[in-house]
Amino acid sequence: MGYNCVVCVKQVPDTKKITGEAMKEDGTVNRAALPAVFNPEDLNALEAAMAVRDQYGGTVTVVTMGLPAACAVLRESLFRGADRAVLITDRRAAASDTLATSYILSCAVKKLGADLVFCGRQAIDGDTAQVGPQLAEKLGYHLVTYMEEFLGCRERTIRLKRNVGNGWEVVSCPMPALVTVMESANTPRPQAAKRLMKYKKALSKAEVQAKAEHILEGDFENYTAELKAAEVEKHCAKLAGRGLLVEQWNLDELGADLAWCGMSGSPTKVHRIQSVVLTGGEYKEFPPNDEGIARLIGELIEEHTIG
Amino acid sequence: MIEVNRKGEVWIFAEQEDGKLSDVPLELMSKGQELACTLGVPLAAVLLGRNVAPLASKLIAHGADKVYLVEDDRLGHYQARGYCHLICRLIEQYKPQVCLYGATPIGRDLAPTVASAMKCGLTADCTDLQIGGHGDPVTKVEHKNLLFQIRPAFGGNIIATIVNPSRWPQMATVREGVMHMPAADASRKGEIIRVKADLDGVTLPLTIEESHRREKKVNLKAARIIVAGGAGVGSRENFRPLWDLANALGGAVGGSRAAVDLGFIDHDHQVGQTGTTVRPALYIAVGISGAVQHRAGMQEAAKILAINNDPDAPIFSIAHFGIVGDLNVVVPKIIKAVRGGVKIESLAEKCK
Ligand SMILES: Cc1cc2nc3c(=O)[nH]c(=O)nc-3n(C[C@H](O)[C@H](O)[C@H](O)COP(=O)(O)OP(=O)(O)OC[C@H]3O[C@@H](n4cnc5c(N)ncnc54)[C@H](O)[C@@H]3O)c2cc1C
Repeated sequence: MGYNCVVCVKQVPDTKKITGEAMKEDGTVNRAALPAVFNPEDLNALEAAMAVRDQYGGTVTVVTMGLPAACAVLRESLFRGADRAVLITDRRAAASDTLATSYILSCAVKKLGADLVFCGRQAIDGDTAQVGPQLAEKLGYHLVTYMEEFLGCRERTIRLKRNVGNGWEVVSCPMPALVTVMESANTPRPQAAKRLMKYKKALSKAEVQAKAEHILEGDFENYTAELKAAEVEKHCAKLAGRGLLVEQWNLDELGADLAWCGMSGSPTKVHRIQSVVLTGGEYKEFPPNDEGIARLIGELIEEHTIG
Repeated sequence: MIEVNRKGEVWIFAEQEDGKLSDVPLELMSKGQELACTLGVPLAAVLLGRNVAPLASKLIAHGADKVYLVEDDRLGHYQARGYCHLICRLIEQYKPQVCLYGATPIGRDLAPTVASAMKCGLTADCTDLQIGGHGDPVTKVEHKNLLFQIRPAFGGNIIATIVNPSRWPQMATVREGVMHMPAADASRKGEIIRVKADLDGVTLPLTIEESHRREKKVNLKAARIIVAGGAGVGSRENFRPLWDLANALGGAVGGSRAAVDLGFIDHDHQVGQTGTTVRPALYIAVGISGAVQHRAGMQEAAKILAINNDPDAPIFSIAHFGIVGDLNVVVPKIIKAVRGGVKIESLAEKCK
């Protein structure tokens, strides 16, 4: 018994911190200065999956698609209690819009096999909430959006409470199903100290490659390409032996059709990006004292804006 | 996906629940008419549900030239599976070039499901829609008359225009209040096209065991005056004076996304790109920096008063009145002034 759960998570720039340093002169984001965080509602999705596993048995596998650095959210998932983590990283997946992203994720979920897929309702860098429903459609899974409370599983059926904006409903739905989870659904459990100690050393192969110079012993600069590759393999094998190698799949390993990935798989294109020029300074200023405020209110009354 | 079809209509998904139309599709009618007129094609509404035929005339009165009407008992309660199936069949049959949805809980469930099934593009939370040309930088192909899907882009003061040149229909969602609801004209004529709900072989997976609806806590769109607070307000408790001020002015309370995320106020109150767009007579922004996503939802207010202790906050650049100062000091003073009734006469005297 038990259910195989897959959780799709995303590493996002912390949109709450777009101030000062985080902005470049031209008004665009200086991504380097923006902390990357675990998308908040994805933590609720992870918690929901782990609660199912803890109560009914089964497994929780966390999947993310992104640059090698996105492995950070996989490690964090392991700290919090995920059983397995998979990084999908591939240059050919760059510039994927939500449709291409959901296609690539669907290949991963199919490969993993899942009774239940949990996604955060939306990611804070776009608020679009599109990948969850699109992934459900690609998988042919039943879609249940906006989970606010998980009410339990019975054989092949889940019950949950949904927040439908102007109210709520209790629904049941057969598996396989994809559920999008709201922040109000639960309180994510904290990182477990023991797991943190263990998994903080977990790495994906891409990270091993990137960090090779620091990690590998010897005079790395003088290694030939083959030797480097062999060293990376060796280090990965060592990590794998200790259960610390985060699995990493590229689009070939996923069996993905490249026509549906990346740029070519994305119907939406950016036509233009415009900076908004704030001309500024034309407002009427009132001092923050009684007299100033009285004058302001007087003016608002006089022009019939208030009163 | 369907091929590019220049004769295709502009469609609006006429979301309804329990026989009541949502506001957004009606609001979309004005923009829909503008787009359809530019493209020289009809504007159509797509109405699905149980016993919803009476709503068709309302859609026509608000600007639809045609209504595709699909009625079935199984459509009484919205489910992505059934709605998506039927809308995709309609899209394949009639090949619309543009499909617009409200960015409501239902719209945000349905539109991506349809986009995935049709393998077409979808842009969420557009703050404007236009028709224009697009040159492909790689293939150098010029695409005429595409739907410009305009929305603030993540990060900074930037607005992105998204297009979907070839895998049609071109789809977008729009939040409440972004477009103006046109006045109803009962004399408008339109065509109602009944389509059979072919749901054979489609299982609707959800069993609705319980369903509760509540009135929206606040109607920001109707408020003449809005007192909105941001992260600068500091806490839910500190929002109290904002409620008091709104009461004293007979207005409503709004919030920035940061204030909502921090739990100071509920999402119903959020103003901005992913909240509600408002156009009150007076918008008082308290402790709100004025990010592009926030401005998108309030910059058309007739008058804007900004209260912020940072004189460089972008909100001041769109404000008509400003107070640079600590909101904890300023707001109570404003409440006092409003409640006390400032003596206009004496001020008028002074001005002489
Ligand atoms: C996809 C997406 C969608 C978004 N949608 C929305 C949306 O719909 N609505 C929205 O609002 N935002 C939205 N945002 C977020 C937006 O980018 C900003 O992060 C947000 O608007 C900031 O809110 P704020 O101004 O309250 O907070 P901050 O930017 O932190 O500003 C707080 C302000 O308070 C001032 N302040 C602090 N203390 C005091 C004091 N004692 N007295 C006076 N002033 C004080 C500060 O000077 C500062 O200007 C969205 C972002 C993304 C990425």
